[in-house]
Amino acid sequence: MLKGVSVSVAKGEVVVLIGASGSGKSTLLRCVNLLEEPDSGQIFIDGVEVTSKDVVKHRVRRDTGMVFQQFNLFPHMRAIDNITLAPMRVKGMTRKEAEALAMELLDKVGLADKARSWPHQLSGGQQQRVAIARALAMRPKVMLFDEVTSALDPGMTSEVLNVMKELAAEGMTMIVVTHEMAFAREAGDRIIFMHDGIIVEEGVPGEILKHPRHPATREFLSNVL
Amino acid sequence: MTPLLLLFKLFPVRIVLPFLTAQSSINLIINSMPKLLEGAKLSLLVSASSVTAGICLGIIIACARLSKVKLFKSIAGAYVAFVRGTPMIVQIMIVHYGLTEFGLTLPALASGIVALSLNSGAYMGEVFRGGIQSIDIGQTQAGLSLGLTPFQVFRHIVFPQAFRRVIPSMGNEMVTLTKDSSLVSYIGVAELTYRATLIASRTYEYFTMYIGIAIVYFAITYILSLLLARLERRLGPYDQDSESEKVFRRQSGAERRVGVGG
Repeated sequence: MLKGVSVSVAKGEVVVLIGASGSGKSTLLRCVNLLEEPDSGQIFIDGVEVTSKDVVKHRVRRDTGMVFQQFNLFPHMRAIDNITLAPMRVKGMTRKEAEALAMELLDKVGLADKARSWPHQLSGGQQQRVAIARALAMRPKVMLFDEVTSALDPGMTSEVLNVMKELAAEGMTMIVVTHEMAFAREAGDRIIFMHDGIIVEEGVPGEILKHPRHPATREFLSNVL
Repeated sequence: MTPLLLLFKLFPVRIVLPFLTAQSSINLIINSMPKLLEGAKLSLLVSASSVTAGICLGIIIACARLSKVKLFKSIAGAYVAFVRGTPMIVQIMIVHYGLTEFGLTLPALASGIVALSLNSGAYMGEVFRGGIQSIDIGQTQAGLSLGLTPFQVFRHIVFPQAFRRVIPSMGNEMVTLTKDSSLVSYIGVAELTYRATLIASRTYEYFTMYIGIAIVYFAITYILSLLLARLERRLGPYDQDSESEKVFRRQSGAERRVGVGG
C-alpha cells in the first residue's frame, strides 16, 4: 500500500529502496512498469506519462526492464531463447540479430558457455544473471530490481551483485529494492527508506547508513546491519 | 508392457478362450472382418475429429472461463455445467433429433461428431483451465515486463507450459471419448459397435462379437496411451520432474542389468 510517494530518478542514477516488508517498496517498483496500477497519481518515464489512459501498457514496458526475486525464467526455453524471445517478438529482430545480441549479453553476465542450457540446469545465481541479460536485451531506459538476491545463498548473491555493480558503473539507470546494504553503500547514488507506504527518509548512502535521523530508519538499520 | 501382461493374467482365459477359438466363432469373426474394419474406421474418424475439435473448443472455453469479461465467463461456465451434468447419450439425441425441430437436420455421422465435439470441448476446457491456472503468475509478469502483449505472453509462455502439463489428463479425456464414440451407434452411425450389434443379433453370437470389439477398442486406446506417453517424453525435457524421471529410469535400468549379470 502506497500512501502518497514522490520520487524522481535522474538518468544514470542508482536509487536503492529499502524498508521492512510491507513498507511498499516493491509496490512502488511495480508501479513503474505498470504491473501494479496506481489508484491515483502520475508516473513519467523520459518525459512520457505512463499512467495516462492513452498509453498502451505493453509499449511502455519495452523501456523498463525488470528482474524478479524468483528469476521467472521461462522453463520451456533454453537460456538463449529466454533472451531472444522479446527482441524477436516485440522489436521484430531476426533470429540471427537477436542471437548475436543474446550472446553479447550472456558474455557480459559471464555465461556465454551456458547459452544452450535449460534453466533447471543452472544454479540460482546463473538463472538470475540470465534473467538480467533477458531484461537488458530490450535495451531498457531503466532497470528495476525486485529483491533479486533474496532467494540466493551468499556465494551466488555476490555473483549477481557484481553484474549489477558493473551495470551501475556503465551508467544504467537503476531502481533497486534490496536488503543488501553493502551493495547500497557501494553502488547506490541515493537511498530511499520507506515505511508504511511513505518515504520516511532519503539521501546519499554514506549519510543515511551512518546517521539515520528517523526512528523507524534507525530501528530498521539496526536489524539488518 | 507390465499392465498389458497383468491384464492377460487376470483375463479369464480358460473360460473365454474356448468360445473364441471354437471353429464357428473364428469363422464368424473372419467373415465379419471387412464390415468390422469399416466400422472401426468410422469409430476412429468420429473419435479423432471430435478429439481435435474438442481440444480447439476446450482452449477457447478455458480462455473464456479465465477471462476478465463476466459475460464470457458465465457463458462458458454454464456450458461446462450443462455438459457435465447431462448424459452424453442425451446430448447426442438432442443434437441429432432435437435440432430437427428447429429445421436443422444433420446426417447421423455429422450429428455424432458435433455432439461428441461439444461434449469433449467442455471437459477439455476444464483440463486446460487447470493447466493454465497451474502456471506461476511470475511467468506472466516476466513476459509482460519484457513488453510482450498479453496474447503473446499466453501464446509463447503460458500455453506451451500448460499444454505439456495437461497431456496426461488430456490423454484420459481422449481415451474416454474414444470409448464413448460407441454411443453414436444409437443414432445409427454404422461404426464398430453398431456393426457388431447387427451381426450379433443376426447370428446370436453376442459373446463372440462383443468380446471381439472389446479387444479392438482396447487395442485402439492402448496404442493411443502409448503415443501420448511418447509425446509427453518428447515435448521438452525442461522441468525438474522429467529430468529426475530420466535419472531414475537410467538408474533402475543399470540395476536391472546388474541383477541379470549376478
